Amino acid sequence: MVATQSGSRLDRRAVVKTLLQDRGELLVVAGLGAPAWDATNAGDHPLNFPLWGGMGGAASIGIGLAIAQPKRPVLVLTGDGEMLMGLGSLATVGIGQYANLSIVVLDNERYGETGMQESHTARGVDLAAVARACGLRSGVVITEMEQVAALRTDMHAMRGPLLAQVKVAQDKLSLVLPPRDGTHLKNRFREALLGPQAHFQK
Amino acid sequence: MTAHWSEGVYQLFKQQSIRQVSLVPDAGHTRLIQRCEADAELRLIRLTTEEEGIAAAVGAWLGGDKSVLLMQSSGVGNCINMLSMLTVCQIPLTMLITMRGDWGEFNPWQVPMGRAAHTVLEEMGVLVSVAQQESDVVPLAEGALRIAYNTLRPAAVLIGQRVLGAKTFME
Repeated sequence: MVATQSGSRLDRRAVVKTLLQDRGELLVVAGLGAPAWDATNAGDHPLNFPLWGGMGGAASIGIGLAIAQPKRPVLVLTGDGEMLMGLGSLATVGIGQYANLSIVVLDNERYGETGMQESHTARGVDLAAVARACGLRSGVVITEMEQVAALRTDMHAMRGPLLAQVKVAQDKLSLVLPPRDGTHLKNRFREALLGPQAHFQK
Repeated sequence: MTAHWSEGVYQLFKQQSIRQVSLVPDAGHTRLIQRCEADAELRLIRLTTEEEGIAAAVGAWLGGDKSVLLMQSSGVGNCINMLSMLTVCQIPLTMLITMRGDWGEFNPWQVPMGRAAHTVLEEMGVLVSVAQQESDVVPLAEGALRIAYNTLRPAAVLIGQRVLGAKTFME
């Protein structure tokens, strides 16, 4: 396989803004690095759980959250490198058939935080096909903004589990950092979701 | 004849309102897994690797669910980096870990991780207790569940091969 530079490349910040528009009941887990900055760029929100570590775990966090909150749509927004590190978790998502779980991989084919080295998707690894093979309800590659709007609709309609591999440009963008205290991120998420009783759970 | 430890542990799960049980299967957990499978109120998550279970526990707690993770000691090594999330975010999780590589082990390849499991967990901030006889398992599991959810941290019970019976592949 050779490195590919396919034509259409979306602006990751525009993709994420569109996905998070009028977010309603949406719960968001954002993978470490650029996806967490993208989610924060669209507007810091207590129902975002941006990760600063745990590489490879974003989709699995989505599983636990999707089970706990079956009536709310759950979005795992992550990068190609992060998803590749937790590829097995797609098999776990597939057998669980969590209808409310959507995984959106912002695929720039690079490890952005470490110096833009190529990831396996640059050499043709097809994450959408992996998702389909693992039994997710859909696995699609997205190259147009019109498809992003449709993805947003599917996510809110909870037609999952789905994975969308969104081909994005390799621009180095400004860092828009979320809070980094894990206990703060956890507590504000739980309080926004569960109310004040979150702190009284036994 | 007293009931198998797995029955007592299952009852603790119910008393503690555990809702999610994630697991990589192990022979030593067979009866507990079967008991959990038969309970429609418990959601089982079958993992491909144990670290997925650490991450799933984060999601569960964010969503208001208490969870436990069942695995074999060799799986501890797979979890190391992911355990950071529990410590940094102060997220509770109880892990019940069946040992390989200790008493009576016949497979040399199981010994290094079995020996390291206790230390690795403690280094990552997990409270560890060790059951060396069957009568220890339920009280230690109760203690781990209580300290995990009352003090918001991960706790593990290592269940020794003297409790489980060492695997020989010759029986």
